[in-house]
Amino acid sequence: MGQEITNIPKGVGLANLEVFASTLESLAQADKTVFAVTSDSRGSGKLVAFGQKLPEQIVEVGIAEQNLVGVATGLASMRKKVFAVSPACFLTARALEQIKNDVCYSDNPVKLIGISAGVSYGALGSTHHSLHDYAVLRAINNITIIAPADNFETAEAIRQAAAMDSPVYLRFGKKNMPEKIEEVEHATSFEVGKGRVVKEGSDLTFIATGEAVWPCLKAAQKLAEEHQISATVVSMHTIKPLDQRLILQLASQNTPIITVEEHSVYGGLGEAVGSVLLQNGCHNKFKIVGLPDEHTVSGSQGEIFEHYGISEKGLTQSALNILG
Amino acid sequence: MNIKELEEKSKAYRKKILKYIYNAKAGHTGGSLSIIDILNVLYNKVLNVSPENFNSPEKDIYIQSKGHCVEALYVVLADKGFFPEDDLLTLCQYQSPYIGHPTKKIKGMEQNTGGLGHGLSICCGSALAAKKDQSDVKVYTVLGDGEMAEGSNWEAFMFAAHYKLDNLCAILDYNKLQITAPNADVMGLEPLDKKLEAFGWAVRHVDGNDVESLVNTFDALPFEAGKPSFIIAHTTKGKGVSYMENVLKWHHGVPTAEQYELALADIDG
Repeated sequence: MGQEITNIPKGVGLANLEVFASTLESLAQADKTVFAVTSDSRGSGKLVAFGQKLPEQIVEVGIAEQNLVGVATGLASMRKKVFAVSPACFLTARALEQIKNDVCYSDNPVKLIGISAGVSYGALGSTHHSLHDYAVLRAINNITIIAPADNFETAEAIRQAAAMDSPVYLRFGKKNMPEKIEEVEHATSFEVGKGRVVKEGSDLTFIATGEAVWPCLKAAQKLAEEHQISATVVSMHTIKPLDQRLILQLASQNTPIITVEEHSVYGGLGEAVGSVLLQNGCHNKFKIVGLPDEHTVSGSQGEIFEHYGISEKGLTQSALNILG
Repeated sequence: MNIKELEEKSKAYRKKILKYIYNAKAGHTGGSLSIIDILNVLYNKVLNVSPENFNSPEKDIYIQSKGHCVEALYVVLADKGFFPEDDLLTLCQYQSPYIGHPTKKIKGMEQNTGGLGHGLSICCGSALAAKKDQSDVKVYTVLGDGEMAEGSNWEAFMFAAHYKLDNLCAILDYNKLQITAPNADVMGLEPLDKKLEAFGWAVRHVDGNDVESLVNTFDALPFEAGKPSFIIAHTTKGKGVSYMENVLKWHHGVPTAEQYELALADIDG
């Protein structure tokens, strides 16, 4: 096994997936208009208990992702608060036209929940990976894109998304994540569209999203301990709309910026941040860490992260390289 | 509205479809003429939908999956008072909300459609919601025969039967011609009734350009308790304008001035 993104000093939290499921269940218990729609995915979505406790509020469509999104649209148009739950790989590829037309263009406030996102399915291979979802959804008007980093962000994102009267895509993995990634003096809050600075530093900045935030913090700790380098770490949980103000504020420190994501280097967080920097005259040293444009190496999520440098070791090296 | 009055409506609607397509120099002429009798009966005899109740949760729902025949829907919605008919003089013009497919920017439209194979799934969700709410809302869609090849429709056929959505009715505008050639040559549908029955739907055939037959068929809904209803409406593409009937080029052909006058006379004839 390669280096896994575990070994969490503050105690291992739950998988964001489990936090999603329990948060949705509590929302649904309090509000009978909350619905989960699944495509034979209630097991992988951790919604078996939801289905047992609230059978009238779960709709099964079978393995039919296009119909999943269409049915979710119809329910949402009838004033239901709908969470359409399916593996991110199928949801955002098989059903992309339904997302584009029925949800976004027709402005139906469906919450699209991409489970086991990125390379969470590891050795199951590229059919089950979603490394394109930020790119395709960023190019579609009228959708908010969120990748929570930890349990805290996941619960908050689900609650805030439920209250939003517009389309939202949320994606997360199934590996245990910390309850709250945070190394700042003041407790941070979560707000859709506002990046969360989880560690403050002065030598460089990691802007990461989703499950890539945690290895950034690990790398920042290692850089501090072994190289006396002080790194800022930002959880840019909302990829669209992007927190341009925070990016420019970070850029004004005139230190290098490294973006990190569990997504293709094309069309994701990195290119979005790079666009903000270039169009605002920022010339910080800049690097995008993500999955390169190649057939993804086989292995577990941790091994794939390690292979492509989305790891404590890899990100430490990226930081040393960019600082020269 | 009696049958005679409905027949007069159909004639008037046909002339208006041609008027606005001729003015815009764009539109789906043949399909709008084949679908119009179905829309006429839906909006004048079947649907509990009006400008006054459009925002009510109790109103019925019509989503046109066959979005490209929007000109027929525009004409009917204008007649029902959803918007001033003169607005249609801006059809397909720069910055006009009256685009070449249904859009929620226009009052009376439930959803934006145009990509094929979308409407029925949305209707399934709406019909299920109505069941959950124990409401009397009925949900209707018109499908095109070409779009029956979309796999998403067959996902939705399975769903509607599984959930026993007898408050859902799908109508097929079966004019048997699609943009390339007859359906039978592009991708055969038959035996369609047997396929849909095997999928758990209650199916009836009707002459989809005969308003009296349509009224009688809609009166029989649901065809079977606990099953979604499917109406195979046999229609003629370009119906009412003899030189357009069953002629492929009128899929989205626009008449010349001379042809336009000829068409109006033909409809009156």
